[in-house]
Amino acid sequence: MKPTNVQDPEYFHKVIDCQYACPAHTPVPEYIRLIANKKYTEAYMVNWESNVFPGILGRTCDRPCEPACRRGRIEKEEEPVAICRLKRVAADNKGEVKSLMPNAPLNKNGKKVALIGGGPASLTVARDLAPEGYEIHLFDEWHKGGGMMRTQIPSFRLPERVLDEEVNYVTDMGIHTHYNHFVESMKEILDEDYDAVFVGTGAPNGRDLKLPGREEADANVHIGINFLASVAFEHRDKIGRKVIILGGGNTAMDCCRTSRRLGGKEVTVVVRSPFKDMKASPWEIDDAKAEDIPIFNNMPPKSFVVENGKLKGMWFGHVRAEYDKNGKRSLIPTDDPDTFIEADDVIIAIGQDNAFPWIERDLGIEFGKWDLPILNKTTFQSTLPNVFFGGDAAFGPENIITAAAHGHQAAISIHHFCQGVDVNTRLDPTTNLVKQKMGIHEWMYDSPVVEDDRFAVPHEDKVITLSDRKVEVELGFDEITGFREAQRCLNCDVQTVFSLDQCIECDACVDVCPTSCITFTSNGAEEDLRERLSAPANNLDQDLYVSDTLPTKRVMIKDEDVCLHCGLCAERCPTAAWDMQKYLYGVTKVSKIL
Amino acid sequence: MSFIKPIFRHPTQTKNKAGFYKSDYEGRISTLCAGCGHDSINASIVAACYEMNIEPHKVVKLSGIGCSSKAPAYYLNNSHGFNTVHGRMPSVATGANMANRELTYLGVSGDGDSASIGIGQFIHVNRRNLNMVYIMMNNGCYGLTKGQDSATADIGSLSKSGSRNEFSPIDMVSMALESGATFIARSFSGDKKQLVPLIKAAMSHPGFAFIDVISPCVTFNNNKGSTKAYDFIREHIEVTSEFDFVPIREEISVEYEEGTQKSVTLHDGSQIQLSKLYSDWDPSDRNSAMEKLQQSKANGDILTGLLYIDPGSQDLHSTLNTSTLPLNQLTEEDLCPGSATLEKINTEYR
Repeated sequence: MKPTNVQDPEYFHKVIDCQYACPAHTPVPEYIRLIANKKYTEAYMVNWESNVFPGILGRTCDRPCEPACRRGRIEKEEEPVAICRLKRVAADNKGEVKSLMPNAPLNKNGKKVALIGGGPASLTVARDLAPEGYEIHLFDEWHKGGGMMRTQIPSFRLPERVLDEEVNYVTDMGIHTHYNHFVESMKEILDEDYDAVFVGTGAPNGRDLKLPGREEADANVHIGINFLASVAFEHRDKIGRKVIILGGGNTAMDCCRTSRRLGGKEVTVVVRSPFKDMKASPWEIDDAKAEDIPIFNNMPPKSFVVENGKLKGMWFGHVRAEYDKNGKRSLIPTDDPDTFIEADDVIIAIGQDNAFPWIERDLGIEFGKWDLPILNKTTFQSTLPNVFFGGDAAFGPENIITAAAHGHQAAISIHHFCQGVDVNTRLDPTTNLVKQKMGIHEWMYDSPVVEDDRFAVPHEDKVITLSDRKVEVELGFDEITGFREAQRCLNCDVQTVFSLDQCIECDACVDVCPTSCITFTSNGAEEDLRERLSAPANNLDQDLYVSDTLPTKRVMIKDEDVCLHCGLCAERCPTAAWDMQKYLYGVTKVSKIL
Repeated sequence: MSFIKPIFRHPTQTKNKAGFYKSDYEGRISTLCAGCGHDSINASIVAACYEMNIEPHKVVKLSGIGCSSKAPAYYLNNSHGFNTVHGRMPSVATGANMANRELTYLGVSGDGDSASIGIGQFIHVNRRNLNMVYIMMNNGCYGLTKGQDSATADIGSLSKSGSRNEFSPIDMVSMALESGATFIARSFSGDKKQLVPLIKAAMSHPGFAFIDVISPCVTFNNNKGSTKAYDFIREHIEVTSEFDFVPIREEISVEYEEGTQKSVTLHDGSQIQLSKLYSDWDPSDRNSAMEKLQQSKANGDILTGLLYIDPGSQDLHSTLNTSTLPLNQLTEEDLCPGSATLEKINTEYR
């Protein structure tokens, strides 16, 4: 193998599994350490710079970081650090942050940008562009900003005050908000004097289900995201006693839990496929079950039953899933007799689609498969050069953190477009590698690996939460639990950096490494090397850190997979050929936030 | 603080045939100087015991005084241990071994502990062929008292401060050959591929197994001009043979070239496989080993590997015809066989 190029900014970035997995590349270990040091405000700002909505995401993020967390790999029973809920600890305990945020300059730069849709993608674009002096106009059909964060996430998961606070941090930067303004024509927008237009209108169409009886039952059949929006805006405060939710995603979980709060006593979720294929996050499923909501799987809906004009319930078939060798699933009907479930109301939460009826098709904005706009995947530029897309509107439904990541890149594109720079130009990441040695046995980070199991977030009493849909279920970690959970972080951003010239090949690092990551051996092809290391390196997603050839003609190979970043290799290295150095990787934004 | 060893090990670690993980053979985290050769020897002992499927509670680890003699704290946390007076480890090992022959005795000592204050004890434990493994961690200096030349320092070797050693070294391997050890090897802390099978073979050998392991002192004797520095050893190391140890009932998988191969079967059926790199050397011949040793010394080479083994070794218990049972398993009946037996014995002397 060739020696690893640690000058490549992505090499050490990839070692920080959580940050690498995060669409916005939030420097997770950095803010977790700040939380452990009670520097909540600083931790909040590290997040705000990166993902704009720390308080919201600390409650609602899909947390792609957590399955990636190294802690979950080091032992079978070990669970990842509760990264998401630690973010909330920073948001809950922060001090005054407004003064730390950039202000929009009074003298504008003369460029006008329109943002269609007031959700996370648009707000991120606004946040990034406003400090540069852009005149920004944000349009949303509702009376407040936030988009799907407001309409689709129930208050018991995301209190309105948290949402308002973080939306306002952005809109307070001199954004011209045009609320209660549904944009009906892209042409009208383009006819105005905007230099660029950003579309962040999400995926607003909930899918319907065409089954026998659907039309007759219409009065009691609701589309998931519309149902959630009507509850959020207090257009609806009741539901029948018996409710069926169709679907296995997070919207279905929100619908069933909301139903429980609106009077639903017998709320049932029915999924047509197996549990393991459910799209909902496991913790959301757990929370639904904790509220006495049974979930049935492998039951595709067959028909609605309406008697005397009133919905009585639904018939369901039974299937089992079979997978061919490519993993493609087919649902095979079983012999079990159909099941009838009684219902006063049915909520269909089986997915959502993009919809751009308001974009005229003769403007030069081309659409492709599934009626999604044709975009440059890096710049988010559409085929009409001054129009950009982001969030769910770009490539279909994802999540908030992805929308924020899109927003940052789209903002760069818009900035370049408006400043006459090639839109394809990207900004290099900021990187910083700093020695952590502080004394003989001291590092600037807490190197001991604590043994605590993951802490569970405490919940409010069910009797209280089920009686008021606005009472938040999760109470968040208190400061002490937050500290202990933060200490579970392995500090994967503190890198083991190897200097060949200093190594005397004494093997001290090999001997002390608790997880047998380090090997000195003759070089070879990667597949061969992975087999003959101190411990087999079977996780192909994780790189091998390979040195140049040492005086004994061997090379140093470190398997990054289960390195605990405990610093013992550097501690036991007599020549400091191993050194622990903190790598701070940042995605560069249009304007410097911190 | 980074001197706390995490509890986590590689998730793929497996149990050996005795039902133990490798980590069950570990000790506390080392407080020796970072980069000390002794740590590599400790790791080799851990690896050897794990691979030999030895139950940790059936091992006795012994040491004297010195950096080397701190080492037992860093391996085999679940074994018996005895940290003796300076240079007196062989006496304690002898006593323990005589009392309980069923345990594996693993002594570690340093060049000061063995070649200076303990040399008298060393010679006698050799000539008695006590069944134990004796590892001498040899760094040519007194590391614990700031690096003065030890009795194994070579003539002309320079200390860290630049002073030259003017005294002739004691070659402990020659000494062992001379005084009756039945398994003699030399190795280098930086060559685990050789050291681990050597320790495994030594543990299987019924008799006194001596391994002189050159183990550089990074703090006081790893300078230019020292003959016990990592670089010097690597430049001057010569290996007697490709070496492998095959425990009993395991398939022999290593095939060596015809004519150079020699295998030595130990009493328990396990085998030592040697592919000799010299045709003029026979490892089961004491004189041949001595000659080869002198020859390589004259050439300025450091000869490592198995140097001598007596396949017919009879340990001290056989020589003294002692009880086959450990003393703690003897019953009152065994110990006090009654007046009839006493009478019978007394009759023999009349």
